[in-house]
Amino acid sequence: MSMQSSAVQSLGVQTYSPREFHRQAHDALGNPQIRANFRKAMDGLMNKRRDVFGDWDLETLRELGANIRLRALAKLPDLLEQLEANCQANGIKVHWAEDGEQACRIIREICESRDATSVVKGKSMVSEEMHLNAYLEEAGIEALESDLGEYLVQLNEQTPSHIIMPAIHLNTDEISEILHEKTGTERTRDVDTMTAAARSQLRERFMAADVGVSGVNFAVAETGTLCLVENEGNGRMSTTVPPVHVAVTGIEKVVEHLRDVPPLYALLSRSATGQHVTTYFNMISSPRKEGEHDGPKEVHLVLVDNGRSNIYQDNELLDTLRCIRCGACMNHCPVYTRVGGHTYGTTYPGPIGSILSPHLMGLEDTKDLPTASSLCGACGEVCPVKIPIPDLLVRLRRESVGEGRGNVPGAGVKRTRKEVAAWKGFQFMATHPWVWRAGTSVAGKLRALTPSRLGAWTDYRIAAKPAGTTLHALVKRHQASKAQEEKR
Amino acid sequence: MSARDTILNRLRERADGPLTAPESDFAVVTHRGWNAEERLARFVQLITSVHGEVIHTAPEEWTDALAKVLAEKGVKRLALGREHPVAAEARRALADAEVELVDVDRDIEEWQREQFESVDAGLSSTRGAIAETGSLWLWPTSDEPRLISLVPPIHIAVLDADAIEDTFYDVLECHGWASGMPTNALLISGPSKTADIEQTLAYGVHGPRELVVLVRHDGPEPGDER
Repeated sequence: MSMQSSAVQSLGVQTYSPREFHRQAHDALGNPQIRANFRKAMDGLMNKRRDVFGDWDLETLRELGANIRLRALAKLPDLLEQLEANCQANGIKVHWAEDGEQACRIIREICESRDATSVVKGKSMVSEEMHLNAYLEEAGIEALESDLGEYLVQLNEQTPSHIIMPAIHLNTDEISEILHEKTGTERTRDVDTMTAAARSQLRERFMAADVGVSGVNFAVAETGTLCLVENEGNGRMSTTVPPVHVAVTGIEKVVEHLRDVPPLYALLSRSATGQHVTTYFNMISSPRKEGEHDGPKEVHLVLVDNGRSNIYQDNELLDTLRCIRCGACMNHCPVYTRVGGHTYGTTYPGPIGSILSPHLMGLEDTKDLPTASSLCGACGEVCPVKIPIPDLLVRLRRESVGEGRGNVPGAGVKRTRKEVAAWKGFQFMATHPWVWRAGTSVAGKLRALTPSRLGAWTDYRIAAKPAGTTLHALVKRHQASKAQEEKR
Repeated sequence: MSARDTILNRLRERADGPLTAPESDFAVVTHRGWNAEERLARFVQLITSVHGEVIHTAPEEWTDALAKVLAEKGVKRLALGREHPVAAEARRALADAEVELVDVDRDIEEWQREQFESVDAGLSSTRGAIAETGSLWLWPTSDEPRLISLVPPIHIAVLDADAIEDTFYDVLECHGWASGMPTNALLISGPSKTADIEQTLAYGVHGPRELVVLVRHDGPEPGDER
């Protein structure tokens, strides 16, 4: 498994690391601009999602979505082989990568074989996960993001703060400033003007690009088809204009049949942005054929494992791999809404990030993330494929203190002798009634000695004191007086 | 061992043992039971709600409607195919018009910059549409390549109302997509758009700013009381 994605995340001015979650959360909470940007965006997204599912039997649809993803995972190795065989039969070259580094190398080699110096990218979270842009940059290949949000974030030398809306942390004025400073666009508050400026800047780049890189939303084993969901058209540009198209995807994105796609697509677009449908649904099954006049002459598919086959081993953790990357869990998360995406310091922020990142980066670096939740359950309730995210958060908390099955990298990182001893002592007391009674009675008698400060607990609360009389004693007294009454 | 075999072996020798695959019931994404009028009304309502423009026309008069759209929008150069009846009829009807017709049946390498910079609109046929989501479906061909519905600032699509079906699932199943996918299959639901700048909608970010759908049918327009 790759650990290349460890501590430090972003390339540019701001660096975020999951190790610094608490400090970053503190900073974000003190930044009214960030909080306002996220609050406004998340409120809008929650309302839109609720409205768009209005006339649907949402529960039945979610059930079907979960069911399709479970079926795909149950047959995963067979489906991957079928996908490979059908893609190859269609003329798509298929590559396999055990980790992000291997995947980066494969893409670099494809670029080098074509003497490519410029790559234009459609949105791909897995390429963020493997830090493809930085890798290609080092190899002397320029990688340009073309999704408007990704473009802005890249200009600002940042990483995305949301998996669907990468620039959600920036407001109009900030974006105007970025476009002015980095591209010389006139300062304006008019969104159409800014969009038009980006359009003309990027059109030149589409024409000049040697290679287009994209992600994949669903890979259909039955037909060897790669499906891409988008609104802007940059995904279609990136996969149609350059002479070579490289699609990169996690191995879990495969589905069995073409008919599995409509329910997942319906769930994805509605859950992500509250749209009935996205502007484009782009299904690619082969490179340009003889006689066709446009489209890439070469299409590659890179299947990336990067820790996924490890998650796959465990019946409970497996559910993590059902995810279709809609972002609804973060839109509805009270923690994400307040601290924003960068605070997590990982490629995938919010609840899904907190259950996925520990597998990708190890619990040593990400031990705070499973605790970045009040376990309110909103994420699990809105998940279109019914991933029990709260249960998985709890499972990872157990793993981090060494009480799980130990099959997450870095399991036990938070285990301390003191805590283990405390729980052992508690266990002994709780299973030996006379010790319990003696202990609680003594605690009650000495309640005046309870310290008024109890570490972090008393930062926002007053210290709890043991009751003068234990519950046991109260019940006994009550029963005794009742018995007396009955006798009379 | 290759990365491929390592990954597949790891998946096959799963620690918690093999998984059982559940059966799926697709009833929730099909059997809407709409009639032709309801389908058309729903399609129109949804595609206009995302900024698509719909023009109703009788089948025999559609080229007049096209000429009117071109004039209204000031289209000077129109990219279109040659063989598809939509393209062939448009070419005949526009032969004497002021609009310059741009051939698209040539390799993009020969005319990329021209297509990106000097074509005002692209005309294409469609294979059908989806009522539930207000989506057109296209299978680009060598006669009508992929980029004519993407690169020009205006995309004009011609749709026959009787080719509107209820759901995406219905389209896949009825037309047997799984038994032979084209190089590229597309659903298009409105003009290109983004909300990446503070959730404010803007159209035409990379693809067309305008999508005009000429819907050919003899019935009344949806909402029309006649």
